[in-house]
Amino acid sequence: MDEFILIFRHEDGAKVASPEQLQLWMKQTMDWIGGIASQNKFSGGNGLPFDDAKVVHHNNMVTNGSFGEIKETIGGYIIVKADSVDEAVEFAKGCPVLQGEGNSVEVRKIVKGDSVH
Amino acid sequence: MEQQELIPHLFRSEYRKIVAVLCKRFGFDQIETAEDIASDTFATAAQTWALKGIPQNQVAWLYNVAKNKAKNFLQRKSTFENKIVAEVKENFSELLEFEIDLSPQNINDSQLQMMFAICHPSIPPEAQIGLSLRVLCGFGIDEIAEAFLASKETINKRLYRAREKLREEKIKIELPTPSEINERLERVLITIYLLFSEGYYSVSKNQTIRKELCLEAMRLCYMLIENKSTNKPHVNALLSLMCFHASRFEARINNEGELVLYDDQDPNLWNAELISKGGYFLNCAATGNVLSKYHLEATIAYWNTHKADTKEKWENILQLYNRLLQIEYSPIAALNRTYALSKANGKQEAIAVAEKLNLMDNHFYFALLGELYTDIDNQKAKQNFQKAFSMAKTITDKQSIQKKIDKL
Repeated sequence: MDEFILIFRHEDGAKVASPEQLQLWMKQTMDWIGGIASQNKFSGGNGLPFDDAKVVHHNNMVTNGSFGEIKETIGGYIIVKADSVDEAVEFAKGCPVLQGEGNSVEVRKIVKGDSVH
Repeated sequence: MEQQELIPHLFRSEYRKIVAVLCKRFGFDQIETAEDIASDTFATAAQTWALKGIPQNQVAWLYNVAKNKAKNFLQRKSTFENKIVAEVKENFSELLEFEIDLSPQNINDSQLQMMFAICHPSIPPEAQIGLSLRVLCGFGIDEIAEAFLASKETINKRLYRAREKLREEKIKIELPTPSEINERLERVLITIYLLFSEGYYSVSKNQTIRKELCLEAMRLCYMLIENKSTNKPHVNALLSLMCFHASRFEARINNEGELVLYDDQDPNLWNAELISKGGYFLNCAATGNVLSKYHLEATIAYWNTHKADTKEKWENILQLYNRLLQIEYSPIAALNRTYALSKANGKQEAIAVAEKLNLMDNHFYFALLGELYTDIDNQKAKQNFQKAFSMAKTITDKQSIQKKIDKL
């Protein structure tokens, strides 16, 4: 079985939503992850807050950001176990992030420690 | 106390202490000797007390006899080694110290160290359970056999192999170093929880033994809490969890010895004292910054002491299972989580998730599907219940499923 990372790209929800909406998204996300975990297919994951975010560029130039103001910003990720990319895509389809138009979830296979690909 | 209960009672409380102290003194090489001396002590007590009457302080009497027997053993061993083994000189002086320390402090320390030794990672779990019951809980071979529904020979063989393993691995009876203690404690907690579950979910019909198993597991856990170096938040969480579960002991078995499911239990039979103890230890567990699976399970168990079906209860239970499954997957947690999902978010959503659980070899899975389809699609509910019925192994399980089918 392979591992896939599901990368969420979305605007910073805190800027556009009410506390009640945030609460609801949080619950939906927890239930979504719980559903994957109840199939024994959850490996790990994290939210990535925008506070204190920095970008290090060529020549070690450091800038502030990203700020979560565009829909392409990475807001978090989870890692799932799946037999194929298609199975991982099925998990991704349930991600609450996708309720926001323009948001996306990128599915990428993780290199195994014991092989070269 | 009636005399016929006196010896078994003392055996249960004192045998393990004598074994722990002697074993600590002799090392695992002589674990059988330690167990034999402890058993002999009780045989001597039965014979002597029958003729001469029961002494005032029975425990002190037992300790004295055990000490003498142990000293005799050490003397014989020393004589043997002096006469026959020529190169005994270097540890001669050590062998001359025959004193056996049966002070409360040494008893406690020895038992705690013994717990860590038996729960050493190199000992297989099955052997750990058997050894724990025998050496830490003072269970007789008959009782262990009864609890596991196995023959005495099987249990004896299992214990024999376990003792061999302790010797092969050269396991020392001592507390792990501070740097090791967290990792080793983890294993001890797993064994204690297994011990508890063995009693709680045992196939044995013998209620008394099942309850004893649970109480012993709780006692071992409490020993860890009493010791400063092992009194950690997740140890308190485990004890809390066991208190909450044990509070339903009387309610979950009816007069015929059959299992009563949670929904059908009479909350008046739940033990209020154990529930409040569970709450106390859950509070003690709420320190530090590690949320262990025991914290989550204890909090779920806490919510289950509220019988009323509130939205708040099921939402909390659902989120706790969501977290629990991320820490450690188990089929039973997956099934319970899906049930909580149906209560919190509705049956339709739960059915969609349940269909993906992939637990086709588990009859509880089909029972859950039956439950979820009830009133949504009774035809499907019936099919699933029937499938569960055909797979269920115990009569109790079959009966409870049949009831569900009849209700459709």
